[in-house]
Amino acid sequence: MYKNILLAIDGSDHSYRATEKAIALAELTPDAAIEILYVVPGNKSKSDVLHYGDSDSASRKRTKMLQEYEKMIKEKSIPVETTVLHGKDGIAEAIIAHANEGGYDTLVLGSRGLSAVQTMVLGSVSHKVMKYVKAPVMMVK
Amino acid sequence: MTTLEKVKTEWFSNVKGDVLAGIVVALALIPEAIAFSIIAGVDPMVGLYASFCISIVIAFIGGRPGMISGATGAMALLMVTLVAEHGLEYLLAATILTGVLQILFGVFRLSVFMKLVPRSVMIGFVNALAILIFTSQLQHFVGETWVMYSLVALTLAIIYILPRFTRAIPSTLVAIVVVTALAIFMNFGVRTVGDMGTLPSTLPIFLIPDIPLNLDTLAIIFPYSLALAVVGILESLLTQNIVDDMTDTESDKNKESRGQGIANVTTGFFGGMAGCAMIGQSVINVKSGATGRLSSLTAGIVLLGMIITLQGVVVQIPMAALAGIMIMVSIGTFDWSSLMNIHRIPRSDAAVMITVVSVVVYTHDLSIGVFAGIIMSALFFAWKISKVKVEEHFDMKTNAMTYEVHGQLFFASVEDYLDQINFDADVQKVTIDLSNAHLWDDSAVGAIDKTEHKFEQRHIEVAITGMNKESTKLMDKIGGLSKASGH
Repeated sequence: MYKNILLAIDGSDHSYRATEKAIALAELTPDAAIEILYVVPGNKSKSDVLHYGDSDSASRKRTKMLQEYEKMIKEKSIPVETTVLHGKDGIAEAIIAHANEGGYDTLVLGSRGLSAVQTMVLGSVSHKVMKYVKAPVMMVK
Repeated sequence: MTTLEKVKTEWFSNVKGDVLAGIVVALALIPEAIAFSIIAGVDPMVGLYASFCISIVIAFIGGRPGMISGATGAMALLMVTLVAEHGLEYLLAATILTGVLQILFGVFRLSVFMKLVPRSVMIGFVNALAILIFTSQLQHFVGETWVMYSLVALTLAIIYILPRFTRAIPSTLVAIVVVTALAIFMNFGVRTVGDMGTLPSTLPIFLIPDIPLNLDTLAIIFPYSLALAVVGILESLLTQNIVDDMTDTESDKNKESRGQGIANVTTGFFGGMAGCAMIGQSVINVKSGATGRLSSLTAGIVLLGMIITLQGVVVQIPMAALAGIMIMVSIGTFDWSSLMNIHRIPRSDAAVMITVVSVVVYTHDLSIGVFAGIIMSALFFAWKISKVKVEEHFDMKTNAMTYEVHGQLFFASVEDYLDQINFDADVQKVTIDLSNAHLWDDSAVGAIDKTEHKFEQRHIEVAITGMNKESTKLMDKIGGLSKASGH
C-alpha cells in the first residue's frame, strides 16, 4: 500500500513522532522504503553559519542531526535514504516540489505546532503542503 | 571547466531569475543606502554612489556570484567620527586605503585567519551591529510628534504584514511608497530625506580626493581604514558563507576579499563611501531567485537609473519611513536564536558574546569589539586547556607510583601539573605516563626536566613513558636534560 514513503522533518520534537508513524506505515507493506527529507529554510542559513562557523560545518551538523532518525528507521530494517534541500524561498515550496516530482505513495510530515502569532509571521508549512502535495499527507502533531 | 564555460554559467545560466532579483534588490537598496549615509553623516548621494559602484564592480570581480554588496550599516557606523572631525574628502581617501588593505588581504590569502575569529565573537558582532543600527535611529524620534510615530508604525506594519499576502514586490518598497504618498498628500510637514542633504542628479564622476597627500593625512585615515577593512572582510566572508549555504555551492574567499578591495578603491574615486557585502540584501537576492553575477550588475544599473530619474520623489521620503526600515533591518540582523539558546551554550562563549556587544555599544566601533572578543576567547581557551588532570596509581608490591598525565602541557598549565605531583612521597620508583598528554613548549619541557631532577635528588628512580612523537621531537629540539629526550 505505502511503499515509497517520504518523511519530511525539521529536527524539532515532532520529528521523532513523525518518524515513528512513518516506520509504522512502512511496516504495513513488505519492501517499503522511507526517504527522509530535510529542507534548510533560507533564513536558517544565517543562524546556522553563525553558530557552526561556515557552510561546511553547518552541513555536517545537519547530517549528524538527521542520522538519529536514520538510525531509528534502520533499526527496524527498513531501507532509508536522506535528502537535504535548500529551500531558498519557503520550506513548503521545496517540500511540495520534491514530493510531487518523486511519485511517493504518501508523505509524513511533522507539524511544529506554532502559535497563532508564529503562524502569522512564519507561515504555516503544513497547511501549504497539505494543500498542494498530490500524494496523501499524514500530519503528525 | 574552461574559462568561457565558467563565465557562461556565472553570468547567463539564470538570466530571468537574476534580472528579476536584481530589480527587487535595487528597490530595497535605495532606502538602506540613504539611511546608512545619514548614519555616517554624509549626503545620501555618497551612500547611493557607493552601492551603485560596489554592486557593479563586484558583479565582475567578486568571488561569490549571487551575493550583493553596497553601503552597509557596519561600515557607516565606523565612519561617523572621521566624517564629523575631518569631512567627506578624508572619508573618500580612507575608503580608497580600505580597498588597498583588502586587496592585500586577498592577495596574501589571509582569509584563513578568519578561523581565529570564534563564532561567539561573530554572533556578538551581528548582535552589536543590530543594536547600533537601532540606536542610530533614536535621534530621529527626538522632539517628534505622534504623526511621525504613527508613520514609523505604519511602515513597520506594512513591512511585516504585506509578505503574508504577496511577495512579488518588496514590502519595504511598498511601505516607502505608501508612507511617502501619505506624507505628501496629507501635507504632514514631517522631516524628509531632502532635509538631510542633497541627492545626485548625475552619474558619479572620477575624482581624486581633495586632501594633502602627506603622513599627517595617513595618520588620520589609517586607523579608520584598518577598522573598515577588517569589518568589511569579516561581514563579507560571513555573508559569503551564508550565500554558499543557501545555494549549496562553494566560492573563492580570497577572490572575494580582493574583489571587495577593488570595489572600495573604485568607490572612493567615484565619491562613494566604503562598503561591504550585505547579509540582508544577499538573502533577499537569493530568495528572489538569483544565482548569478547578473543579479548584482542589474541591481547596480537599476539603482542608478532610479536615483537619477526619481530624484525629485526620493527627497520627499519622510525620515519616518527610513527609520521604520532601519528598525526592520536591525531586527533582521540580530541573531535571535543566540538569545534563546544563551542558557545552553558554554558560559565562556556567552560571556564573550556579551562582552563583544557591550564593548561595541560603548565604543561604537565594531572592530574594537571584535578584537576584545578574540583576546577574551583566547584567554578563556588558554584557561580551559591549562587544566591538567594527573591520576595516581600506587603499586604496593613494588612500592612504585605511576602518574598518568591527561591534558596539554604548556606555559599556562605546567604549574597545575607540578602541583599534582607529590615529590615527597615515600616510594622507590616513579613513572610519569605521558600517553594522554602533549608537550607544547619550552615550559613543558622544563617541567618534565624538573620532575626528573627533583625525584633524582630524593634518590627516587624516575621513568618517563608514552611520550608522543611530536613531544619527543620538541624535547630533542629544545634539548631538555631529560633522559627521555635521548641525550
